[in-house]
Amino acid sequence: MQKNFLFVGVGGQGVLTASDIAAQVGIDLGLEAKKSEIHGFAQRGGVVESHVRWAPRVGSPTCEKGTVDVLVAFELLEAARWIEWLRPGGTVLVNDQKITPMSVSVGDAVYPDREALLKGLRARAGRVVVVDGLGLAEKAGTVRAVNTVVLGALSALLETPPEVWEEAIIRRVPPRYADINRAAFHMGRDAVVAPNR
Amino acid sequence: MKRLLSGNEAIALGAWEAGVRYATAYPGTPSTEVLENLAQYAGVRAEWAANEKVALDAAAGAAFGGARALAAMKHVGVNVAADSLMSLSYTGVRGGLVLVSADDPGAFSSQNEQDNRQYARFGKFPCLEPSDSEEARQFTRLAFDLSERFQCPVMVRSTTRLSHSKSPVEVEMPGEHRQQEPLPPFERHPDRYVIIPAVARRRHPEIEQRLLAIAEWGETAPLNRIEWGDRSLGIITCGMAYQHVRELFAGYSILKLGMVHPLPGRMIREFAAQVERLVVVEELDPVIEEQVRAMGIEVAAGKEFFPLCGEFTLEKVRQAALKAGLPVAPMPEQVEPLTEPVVPPRPPALCPGCPHRAFFYNLRRWRKQAVFSGDIGCYSMGFLPPFDAMDMLISMGASIGMAHGLKQAGAQEKVIAIIGDSTFFHAGLSPLASTVYNRGNIVVAVLDNRITAMTGGQQHPGTGITLQGEEGRRIEIAPVARAMGVEHIWEVDAWDVKEIGRALREAMAVEDGPSVVVVRGACVFTPYFQQRPVVAVDLETCTACGTCFRVGCPAILKSEVIDERANKPKATIDPLLCTGCTVCLQVCPVGAIYETG
Repeated sequence: MQKNFLFVGVGGQGVLTASDIAAQVGIDLGLEAKKSEIHGFAQRGGVVESHVRWAPRVGSPTCEKGTVDVLVAFELLEAARWIEWLRPGGTVLVNDQKITPMSVSVGDAVYPDREALLKGLRARAGRVVVVDGLGLAEKAGTVRAVNTVVLGALSALLETPPEVWEEAIIRRVPPRYADINRAAFHMGRDAVVAPNR
Repeated sequence: MKRLLSGNEAIALGAWEAGVRYATAYPGTPSTEVLENLAQYAGVRAEWAANEKVALDAAAGAAFGGARALAAMKHVGVNVAADSLMSLSYTGVRGGLVLVSADDPGAFSSQNEQDNRQYARFGKFPCLEPSDSEEARQFTRLAFDLSERFQCPVMVRSTTRLSHSKSPVEVEMPGEHRQQEPLPPFERHPDRYVIIPAVARRRHPEIEQRLLAIAEWGETAPLNRIEWGDRSLGIITCGMAYQHVRELFAGYSILKLGMVHPLPGRMIREFAAQVERLVVVEELDPVIEEQVRAMGIEVAAGKEFFPLCGEFTLEKVRQAALKAGLPVAPMPEQVEPLTEPVVPPRPPALCPGCPHRAFFYNLRRWRKQAVFSGDIGCYSMGFLPPFDAMDMLISMGASIGMAHGLKQAGAQEKVIAIIGDSTFFHAGLSPLASTVYNRGNIVVAVLDNRITAMTGGQQHPGTGITLQGEEGRRIEIAPVARAMGVEHIWEVDAWDVKEIGRALREAMAVEDGPSVVVVRGACVFTPYFQQRPVVAVDLETCTACGTCFRVGCPAILKSEVIDERANKPKATIDPLLCTGCTVCLQVCPVGAIYETG
């Protein structure tokens, strides 16, 4: 298997942890995996990007524009910002959350309409999957599990055994949050596998 | 066991495996995690130094004593340490001395894109450049051996992409606690380690000989290797560029240089002779290409195609290769960017609760009468709207010297230097001494947030806690300024808008020497920061005047409610982001913001 993922979002959303786990899953699946991130000012509410590549042998740690199989966006606007990295026919997995950038709150720009954004994404992607990460994480027990919900959804988009993902997540989180994260993972997964249940 | 490690984690692991005894650094993106990781290993003394020169000097002392020592810094940090670095090449060392230089092609978080391989040429010492985390581990280990074998400092050069990428590394974590014996008695070698002119003149030819010997070693060392493939094209490459090349030019011949200085001349000649077309693909400066050309070897494509500026990506290298007519696959088909609706930018901003906010808000009223001389830290964001309060910024600690010089040259305006606590200890002390001594007349604002914030929260002399979590000795800024002869000093609360305003007014009025205003308030990411009940907007009272938007707080948003008279949206505050710092409450002219607690 060979897969390119691009994880994007806003500093503080857990984007880097999620991409770390996704890279580890690649290793656990017996592939080579590399991960690369840019996070300079991210703590200060800036954009975070993290590339994850799985292949039998990976060269560059970053994807090339037009080769991303799954764009994993933790925020609606960021999905739109990074859409041109997607491979034609690729999948966008987007967490249904709006985080207002300073450019909007000071009035220099307008946060686009949600439907218009999704329409723009659908016109460009093979498939757009929207997940209510915040809502499901809250239901699982903590809003901080948004990234686990997103990973659950991602696992359902790939032909990979869910146990591998679940184990990689549990290894990474503090033991007292294991159950919450397990729940969050399955909620994210179910949101893709059985969205109407 | 294979584990995913970042380049910086792997460098730390390699250093530990090599038995490093002493490691030190000043934090700087993308190098910071090298020391943070080394600090976790048993048996290593790891410290933050006040600046990069102190770090290298301290590592040098350890190496003179026979210990293996490491200093880590970002590329521009090497500029600070360069004076000692050049001497160290001449003195040589006894214990292995490794300098980790983390460069920043793309200038993701730096003031320039300087290529520190040039320092290795300049200083005549070897430079190793890994291409992934496994090599980062191996090359760092090797660097210590090389340093001892040839008795010279060795640079391990990383880049942002290597330092902050994770790739699999073979880790055998023994978990044993290494006990450090005391060093053997100091061996005196003043004929080498005291680099007076007579010694320097004698050492110089020895250094030139040493460089030739190292190049000879590199001819057969496995870190330089040829991957033979189709010989119609041969590519010489190194570092992260190798990964792009390996992927894009799969099947062709590659000469991968793990030691980028000195170069293995015979190996390069043999490689060039056996390929039809020779290409050099290296990020930033044509360090290898120029030397290959100087050897009289024809280079079919180099910097005229592969960009001199910016970070290499698969896309950039492919584009350049296509332009050069080299055999790579065409650009992948791309999805069209989203232009409708317009995607607004997401610039960085001072965090909600940030102790710099009230200070910068106050600077607005000085815009017409003062020049703002800035420095490096989170407060560099004072440059951004809505503050627009930074007129010059060049390097760590430069704010004070620039302010002093501008004033001495006859500036009509007041000049205010803006510097952080960690930066003050890094390179602010000497320019303050110089200003006091020359009776300069500037205001120095030290924004003391009790942490090195921009790099993610590292300790420094002003916090008094060491890298390994011990109680050190805390140095207070105001007493230091007083001891240095500053007569006018204010210490103010970072969240008290009026108090800061008053101190600035009084400091600006001083005519007989420099004044120092210490703005004290802990960064929101430190344990000292006190979260308070959030504040909220009373929509009845709010007149949509927009004053609170000008404090530039990410928690203050435009509400859906439009004020009829102003025909503008009233403000609202996101309770999840608000920290209760009350700066917006203090500036609201109509008292529409109230504390909820």
